[in-house]
Amino acid sequence: MEHFFVNTAHALVAWLTGLGLAPGWADLILLVVQWIAVIIIVILNITVLIWLERKVSGFIQQRLGPNRLGPFGMFQTIADAIKLLTKEDIVPSQTDRMIFKTAPMVFIIISVMLYVVIPMGDGMEIVDLNVGLFYFISIGSLSTIALLMAGWGSNNKWSLLGGMRSVAQMISYEIPLAFSLLGVVMITGSLRMSDIVAAQSNIWFVVLQPIAFITYFISATAELNRGPFDMPEAEQELTSGAYTEYTGMRWALFFLAEYTNLVAVSALMATVFFGGWQGPWLPSWLWIIIKTYLILNVFFLIKWTFPRIRMDHLMSFSWKFLIPVSLANILLTGAGIEVLMRMGW
Amino acid sequence: MLQTDQYNINIGPIHPSTHGGLHVEAVMDGETIVDAIVHVGYVHRAVEKIAESRTYTQFIPYASRLDYLASHLPTMGYVQTVEKMLDIHVPERAEYIRIIMGEFSRIASHILFVGSLAIDLGATTGFTYCMRDREKILDLFEMTSGQRMIASYMRFGGFAEDLPEEFIPAARNFLKNIPQMFDEYNHLLSGNEILQARLKNIGVLSAEDAINYGITGPNLRASGVDYDLRKAEPYGIYDRFAFDVPLGEKGDNYDRFMVRLQEIEQSGRIITQALDQLPEGEIRAKIPRIVKPEKGLEVYHRIESAKGELGYYIVSDGGEKPYRLHVRAPSFINLMVLPLISRGGKLQDIIANIATLDPVLGEADR
Amino acid sequence: MSEYDPQDMLQELQQQMGEKLVIYQDRFFTFLHTNPGDLLALSRILRDKYGFNHLADLTAVDYIDSHGSFEIVYHLYSIPANRKIVIKTRVPANKPEIDSVFPVWPTADWQEREVYDLMGITFKNHPNLVRILMPDDYVGHPLRKDFTMRGRENVTN
Repeated sequence: MEHFFVNTAHALVAWLTGLGLAPGWADLILLVVQWIAVIIIVILNITVLIWLERKVSGFIQQRLGPNRLGPFGMFQTIADAIKLLTKEDIVPSQTDRMIFKTAPMVFIIISVMLYVVIPMGDGMEIVDLNVGLFYFISIGSLSTIALLMAGWGSNNKWSLLGGMRSVAQMISYEIPLAFSLLGVVMITGSLRMSDIVAAQSNIWFVVLQPIAFITYFISATAELNRGPFDMPEAEQELTSGAYTEYTGMRWALFFLAEYTNLVAVSALMATVFFGGWQGPWLPSWLWIIIKTYLILNVFFLIKWTFPRIRMDHLMSFSWKFLIPVSLANILLTGAGIEVLMRMGW
Repeated sequence: MLQTDQYNINIGPIHPSTHGGLHVEAVMDGETIVDAIVHVGYVHRAVEKIAESRTYTQFIPYASRLDYLASHLPTMGYVQTVEKMLDIHVPERAEYIRIIMGEFSRIASHILFVGSLAIDLGATTGFTYCMRDREKILDLFEMTSGQRMIASYMRFGGFAEDLPEEFIPAARNFLKNIPQMFDEYNHLLSGNEILQARLKNIGVLSAEDAINYGITGPNLRASGVDYDLRKAEPYGIYDRFAFDVPLGEKGDNYDRFMVRLQEIEQSGRIITQALDQLPEGEIRAKIPRIVKPEKGLEVYHRIESAKGELGYYIVSDGGEKPYRLHVRAPSFINLMVLPLISRGGKLQDIIANIATLDPVLGEADR
Repeated sequence: MSEYDPQDMLQELQQQMGEKLVIYQDRFFTFLHTNPGDLLALSRILRDKYGFNHLADLTAVDYIDSHGSFEIVYHLYSIPANRKIVIKTRVPANKPEIDSVFPVWPTADWQEREVYDLMGITFKNHPNLVRILMPDDYVGHPLRKDFTMRGRENVTN
């Protein structure tokens, strides 16, 4: 089981070259297949995930959650997806049509792009970039653009407020997010994901870098616009913020993209701080799924417990607390590495 | 600071956090509120005009629909006003049941306040916890009158029916659970750092402003003014019960929240005493079949409703319909200070301010 | 301020205002009946000297059919002294105008707007006298007796 997916890929390439295709072309076809696989995984995973979040939130809130369609209401998400797909696509007349229509697509494309560098098992990166972590952070921060496009294009004051909030929030939290990952990079000496995973074969970085983990977790929650930092959406204040004017599948794309981001960030967290795909007994790809889902549940728990923080508190928390703390962490890590090197490690 | 254009944004009348049909026109500079203009009247049903064409008895259900979240209290205010005009003395047992139902209504209203405040701040779980507890009170109401929310259970001179047998054990059971309820609210809400940061020192209403603007009820007491009509002007048999009047210090949102939480406890105390003292006997006084107060009589009667001072001003012309009926609605007058306490705050604060003023629009718009 | 005898207060008021003030009592309240012109002066005395700081209720009753006038009723309470009193005044139906008590009790703001909206009584010097419960473009004053439940026949504006 361990190398099931890797072997399948090798077999595919071997078969293609056997048909007389040049190796370059075979790799390209493999890449396309991998992309399609990612998209299928993303969509399947999200149907499960939305159901899971509803169940978990139902459990937290002392209610049942979906329970009508299929066993434990598992088909509820599918029913919802069908409903959203068949809904009338409304584009309000006063919107900036181009921007309004492209925003959800940009958002979902950016979110799916994140999966390229995540090691989904032993040797299961789609592309093992030597700047993998850097790629992840930079692509991840692009989703601001999509939210700003949605906010601006909707031509609605609530949407614009939501879009502006998302820009302010993401720019502020980008910095502690990157800084907290720097500690890990300093220890590993590489931005390549596979190196980071390999460096954790003895000890997970969550043990070596606890402060970085906490700052990363908080900034990631803010980056994902998850509660208690769901400012751009902020249902009770901004009606639905940047998504106010969206209906049907366009709205669903935003929803989908948010969950895609959420899974990607959880998987990265598992990779960077919890040893990635490494684990005993079970196949590596199963381990990363288990770890990702455990982290996802922590996200759920936080979202459904806390009230929403206020915008200015949110900003000052980042600039006055998280950034100094993550900088101090870098200093500490540097000093620690220096001391250990002098001691001859 | 960066200078930007001011813009107006309409919070409501259709908005998740306006508790019905409230419309606040906020003048904003970025996310800061420069001014707020409150528009009410979206739920105006002309209750006062309707009263003039209904008999006194027929108006009872309309009174229940004023504050639909604590429907026994406005009904109690109305029937007591008419009883005052007719000089009817209500039997002891009925007086006690009125206290019990009224205080349960108050608890239900305050629990809903806590829940809606929680959801307005984004803590959806607090809301479901509060709704769960409120359901138990609605179950009690269902036992007595068959109606859960808008129970027109009271009549002139007493009640339509006596309490069912199972009511008292169920009520005691609810009261027993209040401390545990509080424990959960404290863990989930009032002890939460984010919630405190969102509420403390926000929407400060000074005692002087509160009195000048005619603010009453928990909002006034949160500003530190000890004025509870149950103590100051005991109506019914409120003078027989021992209870405290919780007061706030600063009059900020957090005080308004805490005062209501503590009032739930005090209402529980009152109900416990009333259940202990509940006498046997008649539940309805003999009243004339057609209610006709004498000509030229006018009464202003006020009670401490869940939202504040609820007053009825009734003028009789000797007929079977009121000549004029005016409702002094606490929610209406409490909303007046919303611009005052919101200026200079953030957009997110005005949402919290609306929630802590606890208006019920059915009463404000009448 | 709050330490005074209610009877003394009434005597003092009677001396001060003379014939312009009629005092009478019923089962529940003491009424001070005054002219619209003296209302503001009386209000200031009541608030500043006798501590009636809580204007609980401000409303109007339509007596056009019997007296040809509107009666405006102010229910006052003193929170520190726990006392109550009612001011009443009448304005003629053909010229329903009265001074606003907003400068004395700011709470009169919305209550006067409500009376203006539903009864059509104009309050002079009110900071923002516009309709409050009815739409801004509404014609007529619903609580007047000539506004029938059937609708807008015989509407006086």
